[in-house]
Amino acid sequence: MIKWWKILAALLILYTLVWGMLAPVPKLNILYETIRNLFYHVPIWFAMLFMMGYSVVFAIIHLAKNNLRSDIVSNQAAQVGLFFALPGLLTGCMWAKFTWGTWWTFEDPKLNGVAIAVLIYLAYFILRSSIDDEQKRARIAAVYNIFAFVMMFVFIMILPRLTDSLHPGNGGNPAFGKYDLDNGMRMVFYPAVIGWVLLSLWILDVKKRLAILTHKKNEE
Amino acid sequence: MNTQLLSQLIKKEFLLEFRQKSTLAGILVYIVATVFISALCFKKVIQPAVWNALFWVIFMFITVNVSSKSFMQETKGKGLYNYLYYNARTFILSKIIYNMLLMAVLSLLTFFFYSWFVGSMVQDFGMFLLALLFSSSAFSGVLSLMSAIASKANNNISLMAILSFPVLMPLLLVSVKLSKHAIDGLAWSVSYKYLLILIMLNIVVVALATLLFNYLWKE
Repeated sequence: MIKWWKILAALLILYTLVWGMLAPVPKLNILYETIRNLFYHVPIWFAMLFMMGYSVVFAIIHLAKNNLRSDIVSNQAAQVGLFFALPGLLTGCMWAKFTWGTWWTFEDPKLNGVAIAVLIYLAYFILRSSIDDEQKRARIAAVYNIFAFVMMFVFIMILPRLTDSLHPGNGGNPAFGKYDLDNGMRMVFYPAVIGWVLLSLWILDVKKRLAILTHKKNEE
Repeated sequence: MNTQLLSQLIKKEFLLEFRQKSTLAGILVYIVATVFISALCFKKVIQPAVWNALFWVIFMFITVNVSSKSFMQETKGKGLYNYLYYNARTFILSKIIYNMLLMAVLSLLTFFFYSWFVGSMVQDFGMFLLALLFSSSAFSGVLSLMSAIASKANNNISLMAILSFPVLMPLLLVSVKLSKHAIDGLAWSVSYKYLLILIMLNIVVVALATLLFNYLWKE
Protein backbone atom coordinates (compact mmCIF):
# COMPACT_ATOMS: atom_id res chain seq x y z
CA MET A 1 0.00 0.00 0.00
CA ILE A 2 1.36 3.40 -0.93
CA LYS A 3 0.80 5.94 1.78
CA TRP A 4 -0.34 9.50 1.01
CA TRP A 5 2.95 11.11 2.02
CA LYS A 6 4.82 9.09 -0.57
CA ILE A 7 2.57 10.45 -3.32
CA LEU A 8 3.04 13.92 -1.83
CA ALA A 9 6.84 13.48 -1.92
CA ALA A 10 6.77 12.48 -5.60
CA LEU A 11 4.44 15.35 -6.52
CA LEU A 12 6.43 17.95 -4.58
CA ILE A 13 9.73 16.88 -6.12
CA LEU A 14 8.24 16.79 -9.61
CA TYR A 15 6.77 20.27 -9.05
CA THR A 16 10.02 21.75 -7.75
CA LEU A 17 12.14 20.10 -10.46
CA VAL A 18 9.97 21.56 -13.22
CA TRP A 19 8.85 24.85 -11.70
CA GLY A 20 12.34 25.43 -10.27
CA MET A 21 13.55 25.74 -13.86
CA LEU A 22 10.66 27.93 -15.01
CA ALA A 23 9.87 30.17 -12.03
CA PRO A 24 10.81 33.85 -12.31
CA VAL A 25 13.91 34.54 -10.24
CA PRO A 26 15.60 37.82 -9.29
CA LYS A 27 18.51 38.74 -11.58
CA LEU A 28 21.55 39.08 -9.36
CA ASN A 29 25.19 39.69 -10.16
CA ILE A 30 27.47 36.64 -10.22
CA LEU A 31 24.58 34.29 -9.45
CA TYR A 32 22.36 34.95 -12.49
CA GLU A 33 20.41 31.80 -13.34
CA THR A 34 22.46 29.58 -11.00
CA ILE A 35 20.29 30.92 -8.19
CA ARG A 36 17.87 28.15 -9.23
CA ASN A 37 20.29 25.69 -7.69
CA LEU A 38 18.93 26.89 -4.36
CA PHE A 39 15.90 24.70 -5.08
CA TYR A 40 18.03 21.56 -5.47
CA HIS A 41 21.28 22.00 -3.55
CA VAL A 42 19.98 23.31 -0.24
CA PRO A 43 16.97 20.93 0.16
CA ILE A 44 19.22 17.93 -0.55
CA TRP A 45 21.54 19.00 2.27
CA PHE A 46 18.54 19.45 4.53
CA ALA A 47 17.48 15.90 3.71
CA MET A 48 20.98 14.62 4.48
CA LEU A 49 21.17 16.41 7.81
CA PHE A 50 17.66 15.19 8.60
CA MET A 51 18.69 11.57 7.94
CA MET A 52 21.83 11.91 10.04
CA GLY A 53 19.82 13.45 12.86
CA TYR A 54 17.33 10.57 12.49
CA SER A 55 20.21 8.12 12.77
CA VAL A 56 21.47 9.75 15.98
CA VAL A 57 18.00 9.83 17.55
CA PHE A 58 17.66 6.09 16.94
CA ALA A 59 21.16 5.51 18.29
CA ILE A 60 20.06 7.24 21.52
CA ILE A 61 16.85 5.19 21.58
CA HIS A 62 18.92 2.05 21.15
CA LEU A 63 21.16 2.92 24.11
CA ALA A 64 18.10 3.69 26.24
CA LYS A 65 15.98 0.66 25.34
CA ASN A 66 18.51 -1.83 24.02
CA ASN A 67 16.30 -2.81 21.13
CA LEU A 68 17.98 -4.13 17.98
CA ARG A 69 15.28 -2.72 15.72
CA SER A 70 16.30 0.86 16.51
CA ASP A 71 19.90 -0.04 15.72
CA ILE A 72 18.82 -1.26 12.29
CA VAL A 73 16.94 1.99 11.70
CA SER A 74 19.94 4.01 12.86
CA ASN A 75 22.28 2.16 10.51
CA GLN A 76 19.95 2.45 7.52
CA ALA A 77 19.34 6.17 8.15
CA ALA A 78 23.11 6.78 8.19
CA GLN A 79 23.36 4.98 4.83
CA VAL A 80 20.58 7.08 3.31
CA GLY A 81 22.22 10.24 4.71
CA LEU A 82 25.54 9.34 3.13
CA PHE A 83 23.74 8.60 -0.14
CA PHE A 84 22.21 12.10 -0.11
CA ALA A 85 25.67 13.62 0.39
CA LEU A 86 26.50 12.61 -3.19
CA PRO A 87 23.91 14.72 -5.10
CA GLY A 88 24.45 17.46 -2.51
CA LEU A 89 28.15 17.53 -3.33
CA LEU A 90 27.58 17.35 -7.09
CA THR A 91 25.11 20.25 -7.16
CA GLY A 92 27.37 22.17 -4.77
CA CYS A 93 30.44 21.66 -6.95
CA MET A 94 28.57 22.84 -10.03
CA TRP A 95 27.31 25.90 -8.22
CA ALA A 96 30.78 26.66 -6.88
CA LYS A 97 32.26 26.35 -10.39
CA PHE A 98 29.93 28.94 -11.84
CA THR A 99 29.91 31.44 -8.98
CA TRP A 100 33.23 31.10 -7.16
CA GLY A 101 35.13 29.85 -10.21
CA THR A 102 36.33 26.56 -8.75
CA TRP A 103 34.89 23.08 -8.21
CA TRP A 104 36.23 22.77 -4.70
CA THR A 105 37.95 25.06 -2.22
CA PHE A 106 39.57 24.33 1.11
CA GLU A 107 38.88 27.86 2.30
CA ASP A 108 35.26 27.21 3.12
CA PRO A 109 34.42 25.56 6.47
CA LYS A 110 31.17 24.14 5.13
CA LEU A 111 32.94 22.26 2.36
CA ASN A 112 35.51 20.94 4.82
CA GLY A 113 32.71 20.03 7.19
CA VAL A 114 31.00 17.97 4.51
CA ALA A 115 34.21 16.18 3.62
CA ILE A 116 34.66 15.33 7.29
CA ALA A 117 31.05 14.22 7.66
CA VAL A 118 31.55 11.78 4.80
CA LEU A 119 34.74 10.48 6.44
CA ILE A 120 32.97 10.12 9.78
CA TYR A 121 30.16 8.04 8.32
CA LEU A 122 32.58 5.89 6.34
CA ALA A 123 34.44 5.27 9.62
CA TYR A 124 31.08 4.41 11.21
CA PHE A 125 30.43 1.71 8.60
CA ILE A 126 33.96 0.34 8.95
CA LEU A 127 33.49 0.17 12.72
CA ARG A 128 30.21 -1.71 12.24
CA SER A 129 31.77 -4.21 9.89
CA SER A 130 34.65 -4.95 12.24
CA ILE A 131 32.48 -6.26 15.10
CA ASP A 132 30.79 -9.64 14.74
CA ASP A 133 28.50 -9.85 17.75
CA GLU A 134 25.36 -7.96 16.85
CA GLN A 135 24.41 -6.71 20.33
CA LYS A 136 27.93 -5.43 20.91
CA ARG A 137 28.09 -3.93 17.44
CA ALA A 138 24.82 -2.08 17.95
CA ARG A 139 25.94 -0.57 21.25
CA ILE A 140 29.42 0.48 20.17
CA ALA A 141 28.20 1.88 16.85
CA ALA A 142 25.56 3.91 18.70
CA VAL A 143 28.22 5.38 20.99
CA TYR A 144 30.41 6.37 18.04
CA ASN A 145 27.41 7.70 16.13
CA ILE A 146 26.39 10.06 18.94
CA PHE A 147 29.92 11.27 19.64
CA ALA A 148 30.76 11.82 15.98
CA PHE A 149 27.48 13.59 15.25
CA VAL A 150 28.09 16.12 18.01
CA MET A 151 31.61 16.84 16.71
CA MET A 152 30.29 17.14 13.15
CA PHE A 153 27.52 19.45 14.32
CA VAL A 154 30.10 21.69 15.96
CA PHE A 155 32.02 21.71 12.71
CA ILE A 156 29.18 22.41 10.32
CA MET A 157 27.01 24.66 12.45
CA ILE A 158 29.27 26.60 14.78
CA LEU A 159 32.69 27.03 13.15
CA PRO A 160 31.44 28.60 9.88
CA ARG A 161 29.76 31.37 11.85
CA LEU A 162 33.06 32.30 13.43
CA THR A 163 35.41 32.10 10.48
CA ASP A 164 35.23 33.45 6.97
CA SER A 165 33.12 31.47 4.60
CA LEU A 166 32.12 31.85 1.00
CA HIS A 167 28.62 30.61 1.75
CA PRO A 168 25.77 33.09 2.11
CA GLY A 169 24.95 34.04 5.68
CA ASN A 170 28.51 33.51 6.96
CA GLY A 171 31.60 35.63 7.29
CA GLY A 172 29.96 38.89 6.27
CA ASN A 173 28.12 37.49 3.23
CA PRO A 174 24.41 38.24 3.39
CA ALA A 175 22.12 35.25 3.84
CA PHE A 176 19.78 34.44 0.98
CA GLY A 177 16.72 35.03 3.09
CA LYS A 178 17.47 38.67 3.76
CA TYR A 179 17.54 40.20 0.31
CA ASP A 180 17.08 37.74 -2.48
CA LEU A 181 14.62 35.09 -1.47
CA ASP A 182 11.46 36.70 -2.78
CA ASN A 183 8.01 35.19 -2.42
CA GLY A 184 8.15 33.50 -5.81
CA MET A 185 11.25 31.60 -4.77
CA ARG A 186 9.83 30.71 -1.40
CA MET A 187 6.94 28.99 -3.19
CA VAL A 188 9.47 26.59 -4.72
CA PHE A 189 12.07 26.41 -1.96
CA TYR A 190 9.88 25.33 0.95
CA PRO A 191 8.00 22.62 -0.99
CA ALA A 192 11.38 21.39 -2.25
CA VAL A 193 12.66 21.03 1.32
CA ILE A 194 9.55 19.10 2.36
CA GLY A 195 9.68 16.99 -0.81
CA TRP A 196 13.31 15.92 -0.43
CA VAL A 197 12.92 15.20 3.28
CA LEU A 198 9.86 13.05 2.53
CA LEU A 199 11.79 11.27 -0.24
CA SER A 200 14.60 10.47 2.20
CA LEU A 201 12.00 9.06 4.61
CA TRP A 202 10.56 6.97 1.79
CA ILE A 203 13.96 5.50 0.88
CA LEU A 204 14.60 4.86 4.56
CA ASP A 205 11.23 3.13 4.91
CA VAL A 206 12.00 0.69 2.10
CA LYS A 207 15.56 0.02 3.30
CA LYS A 208 14.42 -0.41 6.89
CA ARG A 209 11.78 -2.98 5.98
CA LEU A 210 14.25 -4.92 3.87
CA ALA A 211 16.88 -4.86 6.63
CA ILE A 212 14.42 -6.02 9.28
CA LEU A 213 13.21 -8.88 7.05
CA THR A 214 16.81 -9.92 6.34
CA HIS A 215 17.55 -9.82 10.05
CA LYS A 216 14.54 -12.05 10.81
CA LYS A 217 15.52 -14.48 8.08
CA ASN A 218 19.05 -14.74 9.44
CA GLU A 219 17.77 -15.44 12.91
CA GLU A 220 15.70 -18.43 11.83
CA MET B 1 31.41 9.51 42.09
CA ASN B 2 34.23 8.95 44.51
CA THR B 3 37.22 11.29 44.32
CA GLN B 4 39.34 8.96 46.39
CA LEU B 5 38.79 6.11 43.99
CA LEU B 6 39.48 8.48 41.13
CA SER B 7 42.84 9.56 42.51
CA GLN B 8 43.69 5.92 43.25
CA LEU B 9 42.98 4.98 39.65
CA ILE B 10 45.05 7.86 38.29
CA LYS B 11 47.89 6.89 40.62
CA LYS B 12 47.62 3.31 39.35
CA GLU B 13 47.96 4.51 35.76
CA PHE B 14 51.10 6.46 36.62
CA LEU B 15 52.58 3.53 38.52
CA LEU B 16 51.94 1.20 35.60
CA GLU B 17 53.51 3.70 33.22
CA PHE B 18 56.66 4.14 35.30
CA ARG B 19 57.09 0.47 35.97
CA GLN B 20 57.03 -0.18 32.27
CA LYS B 21 59.52 2.50 31.31
CA SER B 22 60.02 1.12 27.84
CA THR B 23 56.71 2.53 26.50
CA LEU B 24 57.41 6.01 27.86
CA ALA B 25 60.96 5.91 26.51
CA GLY B 26 59.55 4.70 23.21
CA ILE B 27 57.28 7.74 22.99
CA LEU B 28 60.17 10.09 23.76
CA VAL B 29 62.27 8.52 21.03
CA TYR B 30 59.29 8.79 18.70
CA ILE B 31 58.98 12.53 19.43
CA VAL B 32 62.67 13.26 19.00
CA ALA B 33 62.94 11.15 15.85
CA THR B 34 59.93 12.72 14.07
CA VAL B 35 61.02 16.23 14.99
CA PHE B 36 64.57 15.50 13.87
CA ILE B 37 63.38 14.06 10.57
CA SER B 38 61.26 17.14 9.88
CA ALA B 39 64.18 19.39 10.81
CA LEU B 40 66.40 17.56 8.33
CA CYS B 41 63.77 17.64 5.61
CA PHE B 42 62.92 21.30 5.94
CA LYS B 43 66.27 22.80 6.94
CA LYS B 44 66.12 26.58 6.57
CA VAL B 45 63.30 27.17 4.12
CA ILE B 46 60.48 26.96 6.63
CA GLN B 47 57.69 29.56 6.71
CA PRO B 48 55.34 30.31 9.64
CA ALA B 49 52.30 28.61 8.06
CA VAL B 50 54.33 25.50 7.21
CA TRP B 51 55.95 25.50 10.65
CA ASN B 52 52.52 25.57 12.23
CA ALA B 53 50.98 22.87 10.03
CA LEU B 54 53.96 20.57 10.49
CA PHE B 55 53.90 21.02 14.24
CA TRP B 56 50.23 20.10 14.51
CA VAL B 57 50.53 17.09 12.24
CA ILE B 58 53.38 15.78 14.38
CA PHE B 59 51.37 16.60 17.49
CA MET B 60 48.34 14.72 16.19
CA PHE B 61 50.30 11.56 15.40
CA ILE B 62 51.97 11.63 18.82
CA THR B 63 48.65 12.01 20.66
CA VAL B 64 47.06 9.20 18.66
CA ASN B 65 50.03 6.96 19.40
CA VAL B 66 50.08 7.77 23.10
CA SER B 67 46.35 7.53 23.73
CA SER B 68 45.67 4.50 21.60
CA LYS B 69 47.26 2.24 24.16
CA SER B 70 45.20 3.51 27.09
CA PHE B 71 42.64 0.73 26.75
CA MET B 72 44.75 -1.85 24.98
CA GLN B 73 46.32 -3.16 28.15
CA GLU B 74 42.92 -3.92 29.61
CA THR B 75 42.58 -7.67 29.41
CA LYS B 76 39.26 -9.43 29.80
CA GLY B 77 39.93 -10.40 33.43
CA LYS B 78 41.09 -6.91 34.36
CA GLY B 79 38.03 -5.47 32.67
CA LEU B 80 35.75 -7.65 34.78
CA TYR B 81 37.59 -6.64 37.95
CA ASN B 82 37.31 -2.96 37.12
CA TYR B 83 33.67 -3.39 36.23
CA LEU B 84 32.94 -4.86 39.65
CA TYR B 85 34.89 -2.34 41.71
CA TYR B 86 34.55 1.01 39.96
CA ASN B 87 31.74 2.79 38.24
CA ALA B 88 32.03 3.73 34.59
CA ARG B 89 32.24 7.46 35.15
CA THR B 90 35.13 7.24 37.63
CA PHE B 91 36.96 4.83 35.40
CA ILE B 92 36.80 6.83 32.16
CA LEU B 93 37.53 10.08 34.03
CA SER B 94 40.66 8.54 35.50
CA LYS B 95 41.78 7.51 32.01
CA ILE B 96 41.01 10.95 30.56
CA ILE B 97 42.73 12.87 33.37
CA TYR B 98 45.77 10.61 33.19
CA ASN B 99 45.98 11.07 29.41
CA MET B 100 45.53 14.82 29.81
CA LEU B 101 48.41 15.09 32.27
CA LEU B 102 50.65 12.86 30.18
CA MET B 103 49.80 14.70 26.98
CA ALA B 104 50.33 18.10 28.59
CA VAL B 105 53.90 17.08 29.46
CA LEU B 106 54.52 15.39 26.11
CA SER B 107 53.14 18.31 24.09
CA LEU B 108 55.42 20.71 25.95
CA LEU B 109 58.34 18.37 25.24
CA THR B 110 57.36 18.18 21.57
CA PHE B 111 57.22 21.96 21.41
CA PHE B 112 60.60 22.18 23.12
CA PHE B 113 62.33 19.79 20.74
CA TYR B 114 60.55 21.26 17.74
CA SER B 115 61.65 24.79 18.65
CA TRP B 116 65.15 23.51 19.28
CA PHE B 117 65.62 21.57 16.02
CA VAL B 118 63.37 23.40 13.58
CA GLY B 119 63.51 26.81 15.23
CA SER B 120 60.79 28.73 17.03
CA MET B 121 58.62 31.24 15.21
CA VAL B 122 56.16 31.94 18.00
CA GLN B 123 55.78 35.58 18.99
CA ASP B 124 53.13 35.20 21.66
CA PHE B 125 54.28 32.34 23.88
CA GLY B 126 51.46 32.64 26.41
CA MET B 127 48.77 32.14 23.82
CA PHE B 128 50.64 29.34 22.07
CA LEU B 129 51.05 27.44 25.32
CA LEU B 130 47.37 27.90 26.14
CA ALA B 131 46.44 26.60 22.69
CA LEU B 132 48.78 23.66 23.18
CA LEU B 133 47.46 22.74 26.64
CA PHE B 134 43.77 23.05 25.85
CA SER B 135 44.04 21.19 22.59
CA SER B 136 46.11 18.41 24.12
CA SER B 137 43.48 17.97 26.83
CA ALA B 138 40.64 17.91 24.30
CA PHE B 139 42.60 15.46 22.13
CA SER B 140 43.09 13.20 25.14
CA GLY B 141 39.39 13.28 25.90
CA VAL B 142 38.42 12.28 22.36
CA LEU B 143 41.14 9.68 22.03
CA SER B 144 40.41 8.01 25.37
CA LEU B 145 36.87 7.26 24.20
CA MET B 146 38.06 6.24 20.72
CA SER B 147 40.61 3.92 22.30
CA ALA B 148 37.84 2.34 24.37
CA ILE B 149 35.77 1.84 21.21
CA ALA B 150 38.71 0.41 19.26
CA SER B 151 39.56 -1.94 22.13
CA LYS B 152 36.02 -3.34 21.98
CA ALA B 153 36.40 -3.88 18.25
CA ASN B 154 39.30 -6.34 18.37
CA ASN B 155 42.00 -3.77 19.22
CA ASN B 156 42.67 -2.83 15.67
CA ILE B 157 45.27 -0.03 15.51
CA SER B 158 44.28 1.18 12.05
CA LEU B 159 40.68 1.31 13.27
CA MET B 160 41.80 3.75 15.96
CA ALA B 161 43.16 6.11 13.31
CA ILE B 162 40.13 5.71 11.04
CA LEU B 163 37.73 6.46 13.89
CA SER B 164 39.58 9.33 15.48
CA PHE B 165 41.00 11.40 12.60
CA PRO B 166 37.68 12.74 11.29
CA VAL B 167 36.42 13.39 14.81
CA LEU B 168 39.64 15.23 15.72
CA MET B 169 39.46 17.46 12.67
CA PRO B 170 37.29 20.27 14.14
CA LEU B 171 39.57 20.39 17.18
CA LEU B 172 42.70 20.41 15.07
CA LEU B 173 41.48 23.23 12.84
CA VAL B 174 40.64 25.44 15.81
CA SER B 175 44.05 24.74 17.37
CA VAL B 176 45.85 25.47 14.10
CA LYS B 177 44.00 28.75 13.74
CA LEU B 178 44.67 29.81 17.33
CA SER B 179 48.34 28.88 17.23
CA LYS B 180 48.75 30.68 13.90
CA HIS B 181 47.48 33.79 15.64
CA ALA B 182 50.00 33.20 18.42
CA ILE B 183 52.80 32.79 15.86
CA ASP B 184 51.84 36.05 14.17
CA GLY B 185 51.55 37.73 17.56
CA LEU B 186 47.99 38.94 16.99
CA ALA B 187 46.11 40.70 19.79
CA TRP B 188 44.15 38.63 22.31
CA SER B 189 40.96 40.40 21.32
CA VAL B 190 41.25 38.74 17.89
CA SER B 191 41.91 35.21 19.13
CA TYR B 192 39.99 34.91 22.40
CA LYS B 193 36.96 33.43 20.65
CA TYR B 194 39.04 30.50 19.37
CA LEU B 195 40.30 29.91 22.88
CA LEU B 196 36.68 29.93 24.07
CA ILE B 197 35.71 27.38 21.40
CA LEU B 198 38.61 25.20 22.47
CA ILE B 199 37.53 25.34 26.13
CA MET B 200 33.92 24.66 25.13
CA LEU B 201 35.02 21.68 23.03
CA ASN B 202 36.93 20.38 26.05
CA ILE B 203 33.79 20.49 28.13
CA VAL B 204 31.65 18.87 25.40
CA VAL B 205 34.17 16.10 24.82
CA VAL B 206 34.64 15.19 28.48
CA ALA B 207 30.90 15.32 29.18
CA LEU B 208 30.07 13.11 26.19
CA ALA B 209 32.85 10.64 26.96
CA THR B 210 31.75 10.20 30.57
CA LEU B 211 28.12 9.82 29.51
CA LEU B 212 28.74 7.37 26.69
CA PHE B 213 31.42 5.19 28.25
CA ASN B 214 28.82 3.61 30.52
CA TYR B 215 27.26 1.93 27.48
CA LEU B 216 30.58 0.76 26.10
CA TRP B 217 31.49 -0.90 29.31
CA LYS B 218 28.63 -3.36 29.64
CA GLU B 219 29.58 -6.60 28.03
